[in-house]
Amino acid sequence: MRAGAIAMALALAGAIASLWLLENTAPTLAFWALVIAVTIASWIGLERLARIDKPRWIGAILVPGLFGLLLLYLWQVLTVGFDVPPILLPSPARIGHQLAANLDLEWQDFRQTFLKSVLAGFVLGSGLGFIVAILVDRSPFLQRGLLPLGALVSAIPIVGIAPIMVMWFGFDWQSKAAVIVIMTFFPMLVNTLAGLASANSIERDLMHSYGAGYGQTLAKLRLPSALPFVFNALKINSTLALIGGIVAEFFGTPVVGMGFRISVEIGRMNVDMVWATIAVAALAGSVFYGILALIERGFTFWHPSYRQERS
Amino acid sequence: MSPTASGSHCVPATPMTTEALPRPIGLAATFGHLREGTALPVTVVLLVTIVAWYLGAIWLNSGLVEQRFEQTDKPATTAEFIDTAWSLDRPVLPAPHQVAIEFYDSVFTRDVTSPRSLVYHAYVTGSAAVVGFVFGTLLGIVLAVGIVSWRTLDRSLLPWIIASQTVPILAIAPMIIVVLGNVGLTGLMPKAVISMYLCFFPITIGMVKGLRSPDPLQLDLMRTYSANRNQVFWKLRWPASVAFLFTSLKVAIAISLVGAIVGELPTGAQAGLGARLLSGSYYGQTVQIWAALFMAALLGMALVAVVELAERLTLRRMGARP
Repeated sequence: MRAGAIAMALALAGAIASLWLLENTAPTLAFWALVIAVTIASWIGLERLARIDKPRWIGAILVPGLFGLLLLYLWQVLTVGFDVPPILLPSPARIGHQLAANLDLEWQDFRQTFLKSVLAGFVLGSGLGFIVAILVDRSPFLQRGLLPLGALVSAIPIVGIAPIMVMWFGFDWQSKAAVIVIMTFFPMLVNTLAGLASANSIERDLMHSYGAGYGQTLAKLRLPSALPFVFNALKINSTLALIGGIVAEFFGTPVVGMGFRISVEIGRMNVDMVWATIAVAALAGSVFYGILALIERGFTFWHPSYRQERS
Repeated sequence: MSPTASGSHCVPATPMTTEALPRPIGLAATFGHLREGTALPVTVVLLVTIVAWYLGAIWLNSGLVEQRFEQTDKPATTAEFIDTAWSLDRPVLPAPHQVAIEFYDSVFTRDVTSPRSLVYHAYVTGSAAVVGFVFGTLLGIVLAVGIVSWRTLDRSLLPWIIASQTVPILAIAPMIIVVLGNVGLTGLMPKAVISMYLCFFPITIGMVKGLRSPDPLQLDLMRTYSANRNQVFWKLRWPASVAFLFTSLKVAIAISLVGAIVGELPTGAQAGLGARLLSGSYYGQTVQIWAALFMAALLGMALVAVVELAERLTLRRMGARP
């Protein structure tokens, strides 16, 4: 523990020094030696820290966090030190600067793409998939007809439907939401059906012996046991929805939105702005996923995968 | 309550090999055991879809048809109205037979190398997807092996790989095309890079799970044989992970096709299914869009089917009994 912390502290000091050198002087041989020393020291530190099991946050948060910082640092030093043309790969500092300078524009894009099309499409598509699954669940015939098709749909590049939706629903967010509805519907349908079938026969027999009807069995046994599957679909859908929203904007959009921004700024070779938009998209995607994971934890606290952690 | 056995003679039962193993929940996982006796239900659902499609074509095209009849000043009979709705040049929603005819025309009646042939476009997109898939698979396996055998990588890299799955990576696609175009790489390679980038994540995650799937009992047995790390890897971990590998491969090849198609969108590519979709949407050629969509769907299913076949052959060779 102590050796790891010392190595990390040394690496941090070296990193700050080398960044300062990079800012003020041309990179020399000594500078590169310092960079290599920082990399080795932080790797040794990570090796040490990764061996610690308790407290849990060291392995779960600190080690990946420090590793991420190391990657960012190397990215910055290598792009600036070797004078990589920004059009190939801008340095993180440039991207951050661009992001900070255009916060207003990024917010408008975020509102258009995420708050309007992605959220609307995600809620509608997932909700529809869930409701249809519960209805279809009562009819084994429909179930056997829809499930193989659902599996086939997973092999189809559904994003391709975007140009058609743009024609039907116009350029604004409605067409993007429609694409997302179609993309998110089937994962939810298939997972919910699998979840509803996951309650085993002993549990069902118990409900039967209590004299519970269809509705009671559904509400008290089958829906709760389907929840892990439902949340799995929600998490898959959160990524799909963001991808669908951005890609659909490549086919036509009002002059706002993250997909629009990406395609326009690429045309103008303004790569910094593209990276800044992607950073926003990445952040939005991770936060969206994280919120879903937190909600899942609240609803399915009884599931073995969470109980294991606590003990 | 469980009528699954009633129609099992229609379709041969799927081999048990893949089902005996724990698999990630996904579309493919649920596919297997609910497949028995599906021929009739699937046909019914498909028929209903086609009927709904024809009705939808009348409904959505009614505006265009009314315009056309207003110009001729002749009141239309219902039959005429419907007939026109199903045979417009640029309909809002083309009728299924229009799409089928366009599909047939552009697949079978044209020279395979002509840019008007869908086979040609499917080849352009498909080859990029497959090349990217191969590289992505290699990269994914290498990363997984590193993560499993090296604790530091496990602790530091794996969380980032998982987090990166929540990022809409496809948004980077246009940029990769532009960046590689600047270095002088055009054509197939940039698209393959996107496909590779998209499909190595599921493979890494699946392989990490698979390589860790041997239970302590089996690992202990290897230890009593005094097997070293290499032997444990090649004789226990690697074989145990193959079923997981194929499950991820099926996901990966589908994503890799999406990557190749999206890679053609923003750069004005001349050939490929994505280019076909884009030019169709510029010129309002809806029938062409739908035909390209069907080609993409068929290509996706074919690629997944090839992986599935490889899975079946491999598992059989490894001694899994059907």
